[in-house]
Amino acid sequence: MTIGTRARPSLTRRGSRLADRGFVVLTAGLAAGIVGLLVAIAVMLTLTSRETWQTFGVLGFLTGTTWDVVNGVYGALPFIVGTIETSLLALVIAAPIAILTAIYLAELAPGRLAVPLTFTIEILAAIPSVVIGLWGIFVLSPFLRSTVEAFLVQTFGFIPLFSGPAYGIGLFAAGVILAIMILPTIITISREVIIAVPNAQREGMLALGATRWEVITRAVLPYARSGIMGAIILGLGRALGETMAVTMVIGNKDAIPDSLFSQTQTIASKIATTFNEASVGIQTSSLIALGLVLLGITLTLNVIARLLVRRVTGGVPRRV
Amino acid sequence: MAVEVGPRDSGSSPSETPLADGAAGSPVSEGSATGRLSIEHMSAYYGAFCAIRDLNLEIVPQAVTAIIGPSGCGKSTFIRTINRMHELVPNARVEGSVRLDGEDVYGPEVDPVSLRRVIGMVFQRPNPFPTMSIYDNVVAGIRLGARRPRAELDAIVEGSLRRAALWEEVKDKLRQNATALSGGQQQRLCIARALAVEPEVLLMDEPASALDPIATLRIEELLGELRRLYTIVIVTHNMQQAARISDVTAFFTMDEGRAGYLVEVGPTRQMFTSPTEQLTEDYITGRFG
Amino acid sequence: MAVTLDQPLASSALPRLLTLRTDRRRTLLDRFMRGLTVAAMVVCIIPLVAVIAYVTINGLAAINLDLLTKPPKALGVGGGAAAAILGSLQMVSLATVMAVPAGILSSVYVSEFAGTRKAAGIRFAADVLAGVPSILVGIFTFTILVLPFQQYNAFAGSVALAIIMWPIVLRTTEEILALVPGTLREASLALGVQRWRTVLSIVVRTGFTGILTGVMLAVARAAGETAPLLFTALGSRLINVGDWQRPMDALPLFIYQNARQPYPVLNAQAWGAAFLLMLFVLVVNIAVRGRSMGRRTY
Repeated sequence: MTIGTRARPSLTRRGSRLADRGFVVLTAGLAAGIVGLLVAIAVMLTLTSRETWQTFGVLGFLTGTTWDVVNGVYGALPFIVGTIETSLLALVIAAPIAILTAIYLAELAPGRLAVPLTFTIEILAAIPSVVIGLWGIFVLSPFLRSTVEAFLVQTFGFIPLFSGPAYGIGLFAAGVILAIMILPTIITISREVIIAVPNAQREGMLALGATRWEVITRAVLPYARSGIMGAIILGLGRALGETMAVTMVIGNKDAIPDSLFSQTQTIASKIATTFNEASVGIQTSSLIALGLVLLGITLTLNVIARLLVRRVTGGVPRRV
Repeated sequence: MAVEVGPRDSGSSPSETPLADGAAGSPVSEGSATGRLSIEHMSAYYGAFCAIRDLNLEIVPQAVTAIIGPSGCGKSTFIRTINRMHELVPNARVEGSVRLDGEDVYGPEVDPVSLRRVIGMVFQRPNPFPTMSIYDNVVAGIRLGARRPRAELDAIVEGSLRRAALWEEVKDKLRQNATALSGGQQQRLCIARALAVEPEVLLMDEPASALDPIATLRIEELLGELRRLYTIVIVTHNMQQAARISDVTAFFTMDEGRAGYLVEVGPTRQMFTSPTEQLTEDYITGRFG
Repeated sequence: MAVTLDQPLASSALPRLLTLRTDRRRTLLDRFMRGLTVAAMVVCIIPLVAVIAYVTINGLAAINLDLLTKPPKALGVGGGAAAAILGSLQMVSLATVMAVPAGILSSVYVSEFAGTRKAAGIRFAADVLAGVPSILVGIFTFTILVLPFQQYNAFAGSVALAIIMWPIVLRTTEEILALVPGTLREASLALGVQRWRTVLSIVVRTGFTGILTGVMLAVARAAGETAPLLFTALGSRLINVGDWQRPMDALPLFIYQNARQPYPVLNAQAWGAAFLLMLFVLVVNIAVRGRSMGRRTY
């Protein structure tokens, strides 16, 4: 038998190069699709809401305080205020707790505890919003009503901010439930950021005779500052976009809240509760316009936050 | 073949060196025992692994003691046992005693946090705090304690920076961020920071190894000045450096179990010209390590 | 003589170790703050435990055969979540079928073919897309798949879910692919295997378990989403199997609707459905994350 009598396979292999090229094009197209999708979302929301922008003007719509379907007047201000207030309240409650917890998990917890505890926090993030909302209606709300809210109204009720009546449904409940939902976001990112602080910083402060807490507050946290800021902003972004749990406990009243316990509405809850019943074109258009406002706010915050976190860690942890 | 080194005075009588504005530094009179370290039967472990076994060593005050030896023989571990940074590693422990002027730093009554004010440390890579200015870096340790008036802090900053031979270069830019300085300047800043809290002992873990030769030389000159005031222990992998700047040299190596131990210690001149142990001579002449 | 370190510099008294005490205030503050961090940790665990406990207790009480097998009663109050369960199964499956190939192939581009800048840009876009509130994804899908047909439909619901899943699959797959050693690719190419086959058969297959992990997380996420379905699939009281042009119910929608009803019977059904949903989501998450617990590579 002689070797070498096999026909040499064609060196040009035109067909396979085409296949390879096609493959790259396919995958590139899909990857570009992500960018395209983002653009498409922004474009479609703008297009379908243009009637509202044209009728009321950008400033007019954003500052309008009336949402009257019957008379065809639409203003976004109550919902913008409701959104910002619930989210800020959630932040005020969640941020200190989250940062302290992140410090515990990253610096102080013994290794054997730190891992399962971090894991548990991440599990909290996985529970669907509507399930938390259900719990919110039937468990959290009555609890808040009879304990925290009752106490606050009794003690501080003379201040308008704390004036009753307090039904357990309203701004405060929404803030609390949002706080619960954004805790994992802030904790996991802050924890990553704190872990990323170089050990040499800790040692430098320790060698000067600092207690462990002083090392944390004077060497670790200042170094991780921008990353933690990023974590908080990402938490804020998450709070702004949260829909179901908030809708279920906020009371759904189209009014700027005058007290911590008033019923109110966020952009997301307004859209969720009225979109499908919208009968007039301009009503739908205005609801979509609300959505566009929300999109603008969350996108901006998201980008800023990720840039901040990148500064400390060189990247953002993916499970956010 | 022995290495020729120049003569070194050991324990010349120090004079009082005032900090700027009259706040006096710690005066040490000849023959006083402040800052003397006595290490007896000290062993250091990481879990089950023995990193240093049965160390016995005296470190004399107002002198520079150099710790030399091949990599991994426990030199860095050793100095970290002195200021109780070693025990911060999980499962790390120390046996035996380390005495500062007769008192065991591992005694039950001793607070490690306070200990580290008395025994300072400078690290291999300069680690200034990047969110702080030069000024704030120097007083970072001072600020841990009670509040002091601004004028006092200013005096401490100037005094410490002068002692670290950095004052002239940074006196006009104290508010600037510390990371704007060069590597050598940052290391002198770290030295100033360590000195600001008035330690008795200064531990230095290869302080010049991350620096260029000129910066290294400046650090070495600095140590020549500082040894009059402090007990200095310097770990170095650079034998010539040890020969240049130290009064006493201790040679470590490791055994088959990778545990570090002291081979020989003595006045630097003698260690480099006529060491007693064969191992020492082998290391000095470059036959191993 | 006890000397604290807080004496002024100009002092001739030298501190002695045995009598050295750090300022009590500092020590107390240290202990107190460290205790506070533990307290914060506990505070975080409480809601988690509370949610799981209540959902389990109330949910288990409501689970019965009717809940699982019957659709809501046409008239009056009663029936079950069969429509919702079937709907969720169908829509999430279709969404997965759409999102997984898209996600894997686009991540292949990022990991195998794109230059650093393009890769970073696409990763960034994926992260941004993941941050878009899901209700807005619902509106978007409404405008392209419901409005033109003037008909709420299950297909639109699936597409909305797929949009949410896509960036998740992309990012998790891309990270796994990055871990596959370059030598594997080189060996395959050196043997004359075409690029596309190398990528699919060798690289992707090597990272298969990791990719599966990411997919499962995305599936769990999609199963729990409500807002995107509100304006697309709408929900329904009728069992819908296979009719993608009509509305379809889903577990999250079922929970949402029944939670707001004034009838305790329906509220109980909501708890039952919530329990099913939560169980599914938790089991997937624990199974997936539990395996890589402690091994975090970024």
